[in-house]
Amino acid sequence: MKALPRYREVWLLAAIVVLIGLISLRFPGFANPANLRQVFNDTSILTILALGQMVVILTRSIDLSMASNLCFTGMVVAMLNAAHPAIPIPLLIVIALLVGLVLGVINGLLVWRLNIPSIVVTLGTLTIYRGATFVISGGAWVNADQMSPEFIGLQRAAFLGIPVLSWIAILVVALFFLVMTRTALGRSIYAIGVNPTASVYAGIDVGRTKFIVFCISGMAAGLCGYLWISRYVIASVEVANGYELNIIAACVIGGISIAGGIGSVGGALLGALFLGIISNALPVINISPFWQMAISGSAIILAVVLNARGERRQGRIILKKAEAA
Amino acid sequence: MDTTAQLNPTTEQPLAPAPRLTLSGISKSFPGVRALHDVSLSLYPGQVTALIGENGAGKSTLVKIMTGIYQPDAGTISIDGQAVTLPSAHAAFGHGITAIHQETVLFDDLTVAENIFLGHAPRSRFGTIDWRTMRKNAREVLNTMGAGHIDADARLKDLGIANKHLVAVARAMSIDAQIVIMDEPTAALSLKEIEELFLLIEFLKSEGKAILFISHKFDEIYRIADRYTVFRDGEMVGEGLIRDAGQSQIVRMMVGRAVDHIFPQRKAEIGAPVLTVSGLSHPTEFDDIGFELHKGEILGFYGLVGAGRSEVMQAISGITRASSGTIMLEGEQIVPKSAADSIDAGIVYVPEERGKQGVVIGLPIFQNISLPSLKRMSKSGVLRLAEEFALARSYTERLDLRASSLSQDVGTLSGGNQQKIVIAKWLATAPKVIILDEPTKGIDIGSKAAVHGFMAELVAQGLSVIMVSSELPEILGMSDRVVVMREGRIATVYDNKGLDAETLVKTAAGIAA
Repeated sequence: MKALPRYREVWLLAAIVVLIGLISLRFPGFANPANLRQVFNDTSILTILALGQMVVILTRSIDLSMASNLCFTGMVVAMLNAAHPAIPIPLLIVIALLVGLVLGVINGLLVWRLNIPSIVVTLGTLTIYRGATFVISGGAWVNADQMSPEFIGLQRAAFLGIPVLSWIAILVVALFFLVMTRTALGRSIYAIGVNPTASVYAGIDVGRTKFIVFCISGMAAGLCGYLWISRYVIASVEVANGYELNIIAACVIGGISIAGGIGSVGGALLGALFLGIISNALPVINISPFWQMAISGSAIILAVVLNARGERRQGRIILKKAEAA
Repeated sequence: MDTTAQLNPTTEQPLAPAPRLTLSGISKSFPGVRALHDVSLSLYPGQVTALIGENGAGKSTLVKIMTGIYQPDAGTISIDGQAVTLPSAHAAFGHGITAIHQETVLFDDLTVAENIFLGHAPRSRFGTIDWRTMRKNAREVLNTMGAGHIDADARLKDLGIANKHLVAVARAMSIDAQIVIMDEPTAALSLKEIEELFLLIEFLKSEGKAILFISHKFDEIYRIADRYTVFRDGEMVGEGLIRDAGQSQIVRMMVGRAVDHIFPQRKAEIGAPVLTVSGLSHPTEFDDIGFELHKGEILGFYGLVGAGRSEVMQAISGITRASSGTIMLEGEQIVPKSAADSIDAGIVYVPEERGKQGVVIGLPIFQNISLPSLKRMSKSGVLRLAEEFALARSYTERLDLRASSLSQDVGTLSGGNQQKIVIAKWLATAPKVIILDEPTKGIDIGSKAAVHGFMAELVAQGLSVIMVSSELPEILGMSDRVVVMREGRIATVYDNKGLDAETLVKTAAGIAA
């Protein structure tokens, strides 16, 4: 369907395979299925967040507040669990989704109704949501011993040999895939990213669509609020501090164009996995965290350079065909 | 006719001085496509050569070679008898070759003077830009051209397209360009502005510039050109003096066949009013607009550029909002608040700027066509791809669209085919009223005929069409009635019976008949 973007994802997949191969030279156990399942599980949260960010970036916007939203929502569910252990976990997950949604709605309304650039809006809410976490918690932590066993245990339970956390990520990937390829919303998101003016004439409400993508990224962050806290079993104001950059990095490595309109669910997934493999494997083979950061950073720049070249090549082909047609 | 000139391009013409620029034996291929094959072209000082050919004939490729953007695979370029190479746009500029494009490539946020002198601004003793001299020189250049009405300090974005062209020409003058390429400069201009441009071309001729003029409009070519060169499918098929060639002869060279009837004969039953607009006003753009559109009718809207025609159509189709007035569709009042509202009601607007407002380049053909119909294409929220493809296929077939696959990116199609996609996409919403804004602007004769034929078919099926057009032959050839707008108001509504171009132009310009 779209020859070049798919081409790009194939390359990323190849890069991941090569990376796994290289790591296996130093650490033979890395490539075995059990370990790769573990890597996928470790990357689940980043994958969900990257997908939420992807739909925002596709519309030429950005959500810098996702990590703070995650922190705030995580604190809310952790405090609820600590105070009322009887609240069933599925209900807590729904609450996490709703709290995340509300924070996303705030971003979306500011972008849609007041027409403020999303980078400015979410730079503001990034600080506000983290500040709000401090206000509701009074700066205190919620520790593992305050959380109920169900709260901590759900994502670790296995179903068909795979942890629930991985299943949640798989479900979310499938859901995003369906929305992006098979619904009017997905189509509209791509259309307004590629050509906002033509989209207006086609009867697509650009402002409302942008509002919706912020609702989606908010809900993704809210869901990850619960997942993060129950995984690392500590809720504090510092949770996921600065993590918004990892989310954006996963998207960029995954070939999602910051200029909007180009990118896919598969790309975001692979981008997240690439970062997940680097952060999982490099400590094991005794590479210092500083090198990790350098490698992640280089991967981002390399991805952008390759994608920019890919787009330019595509542009030239279009030009030639248009002239020869 | 002058067949020797066609067969032997190097035959000396009686009127020919030494050519300023000669391209000979130029070939250029792209992977899988031969864009130009062994073509030749000469430009003479003080003369206008018209480059004629359908879209895809290779005109743009040749212009890109002349301006240093593409390198030819074979052939030579010589200026004043000296062989030159043009490895970059900068090199072409250095040889005095400059191009003025259809959509002017200048800098909107810079001033007129800055645009004229960008890259060769006068310097002060300290190496900084000498603003005072620059502004003075800019005013001088504009004055010599008879364009003294343009303020050298105005921002370019505040000028109309015609004035932007003048600035582009002023830029060419300021670098003392000897070879001026004009790539469809009149496409977006009104009649009056075209006249001004022609005066300017006469001025450039008197200055001894060699001019290449690319246009789809024969009346313009016959009006301004001294010579012609015809391209077809990447080859040069004829050249000579324009005074020796008849229109039908050139058209035959272009398409390889004679086009007899450009406008289709049609017999649509004109029925009851479908759309009734009354008292429609906007604070700044238009005032007290009222008209009726009947079933099966093509209602032409003629006027100078800036008369407010597009703005009225945008208000009717919900893209902007009118401040007062009513719009009745089949007896019911509608108040479109967004494009989606008017599409739902059955009014669609096919905008004028194809690239910016029409096609979504980067999405495949079928997704472009279904874009305004996504709601209808979905079942419980999920898009039915088979139905989308079927929709796209039926309309591309009806419009005779040539593409290798419906999944092809629309960016890979020619302008004419893109325009067909835009029209297909709106027809696919099953509208009652379709508003076409400059439907054939800048597309080749073959595609034009297809669009016109399709319009005739539409009204025969009971659809009603509003056609905003600045092309008189199109207005006269297609409309049942013609609304002429002037300065935001409706001047007159004519029945298109024995209506002549002169009357329309005079009404639009406000000259007493």
